[in-house]
Amino acid sequence: MTQPQSNVRRDRADHIVDVKDVSFGYTASPVVEDISFTVERGEYVGMIGPNGSGKSTLLRLILGLHEPDEGQVELLGHPARAFAEREKVGYVAQDVTENTKRMPITVAEVVLMGRFPHAGFGRVTSDDRDRARQALRTVGIDHLADRKITQLSGGQRQRAYIARALASEAELLVLDEPTVGVDAESVDAFFDLLTDLNDDGMTILLVEHDIGAVLEHTSRVICLNRELYFDGDPVAFADSDALDRAYGTNVRRDDGVVVS
Amino acid sequence: MTASAAVVAITSVPYNALEWLIEHWSDELREIGAELGIEMLEYTFMHHAFLVGALIAVMAPLIGTFLVHRQLALIGDALAHTAFAGVAVGLFVNATFGTGISPYITAVVVAMIAALAIELISEVTDAYNDVSMAIVLSTGFALGAVLISFNTGGLAVGINQYLFGNLATVSRENVIILVVLFVVVTLVVLLTYKQLLYVTFDETAARVAGLRVPWYNRVMAMLTAMVVVGAMQIMGVILVAAMLVVPVAGAAQFARSFREALLASVILAQIAVLVGITLSYQYETTAGGTIVLVAVAIYIGAVLVGKVQSHQVTAEETRSIPDEEPAD
Repeated sequence: MTQPQSNVRRDRADHIVDVKDVSFGYTASPVVEDISFTVERGEYVGMIGPNGSGKSTLLRLILGLHEPDEGQVELLGHPARAFAEREKVGYVAQDVTENTKRMPITVAEVVLMGRFPHAGFGRVTSDDRDRARQALRTVGIDHLADRKITQLSGGQRQRAYIARALASEAELLVLDEPTVGVDAESVDAFFDLLTDLNDDGMTILLVEHDIGAVLEHTSRVICLNRELYFDGDPVAFADSDALDRAYGTNVRRDDGVVVS
Repeated sequence: MTASAAVVAITSVPYNALEWLIEHWSDELREIGAELGIEMLEYTFMHHAFLVGALIAVMAPLIGTFLVHRQLALIGDALAHTAFAGVAVGLFVNATFGTGISPYITAVVVAMIAALAIELISEVTDAYNDVSMAIVLSTGFALGAVLISFNTGGLAVGINQYLFGNLATVSRENVIILVVLFVVVTLVVLLTYKQLLYVTFDETAARVAGLRVPWYNRVMAMLTAMVVVGAMQIMGVILVAAMLVVPVAGAAQFARSFREALLASVILAQIAVLVGITLSYQYETTAGGTIVLVAVAIYIGAVLVGKVQSHQVTAEETRSIPDEEPAD
């Protein structure tokens, strides 16, 4: 590209995520194949697919944790593997505290980690602490700041990780099956929080096994099973046969695939 | 003193300054001892022992806290055993070429190379694995044993000192080596505390946040190597890993925040070292073993305190059973 025009540049910068012809496989057989899509600023995208469909792998590719075999992934206009401007990317995985069960660390300390990329090798300032505290208020658990993170319920813990992303001033929130192990009542409140954040301008990319939740809450559905089966409006998705094709014919149409 | 001739040539000013400081420390302790009538403080080697012990009890739990909470406690043991190979290399070189290098210097070098090797292996295989760690551990120890057996005669006493540690042989030169290791370790941890904490808590999230995780893992492994060699003088190869693990495990029983855990583990380690050295002087037992036994006793006490504490917390807050509690 020679002499990029200014409007082209702005165009590219507004692609928060840009996946181009990406294929990847751990062994000879591809886990994801020839996938392309972009996520624009302010979108709320839900990614669904059956178990082993490669949706978590695709997420890892987007985050730069894997190098694609073919194609390119750009995050915030930079190659994903360059890990540039990462304070703008918030990441919430399945409840990771399982592995670090006994590690003594408070909620406030975890949320403050969101400020670490800003602080670099310098000291954490009182401004950093204020922002962390503010983020805790936003997700509604500032009264738990001095609790050990292991003492929180699954739903509270996921809120803490979102607070960490907010403290980091993230523009993109990437969630990998965040509601696994979270009780039903908290799940609803959790999705309400995501909707609020999206209303405030946060771009959200959500991988979720609960199809109903994705159709209900997101504004765009990406359905994949190794390849891309559907990309578009939740209503159009419900009307299409993409679900049957992606999941195979005998899919359990459980919890309310019908959109209200 | 010839041992450090090369080092002195390069760094004679800081070396002299440290020497002066250590002498000063010695004088102070001697005075305190005379005033309070504490007999063991008459001896210079005890002054050295207490200084070395106090420094070890800061840096071992400091590094140990990061290792234990990543389930990497074994790496200390593995590196200690490769450090033994380093000691053997030093003794071997000295015996063969008539040089006077301190075996602790060669131990640091070899242990740091081993640390880097363990890290690189784990990066390639994408996992820290028990088996490869055990192989590094035994290889290091076997190499040390073989190298030492080349130097027949006159060395047997020397080996014991490295295997089990020895209070009486902590020379001023060894103290200086330890002070240098201590300064490097604490400065690096102070500088990279945030990054090390992030990587310890959640490696994947740290990578996503743009931290160069492999780099910090390598730093951590190298620091571990330095701590292990530093602590070896008193603790010995076989027990050195205990200082990385036992106080940390004790602190984790009741600490709430990570900072609290760090601080508490240092305090527990200080108590273990002070009491341990005193007991070992009083009853003429081996210092390393005595310190570890005291540390374990403290650990058991901490477990009990932690149990009582968590009972109280449960009573107060009716803590959640994972599958219910409408949390939010």
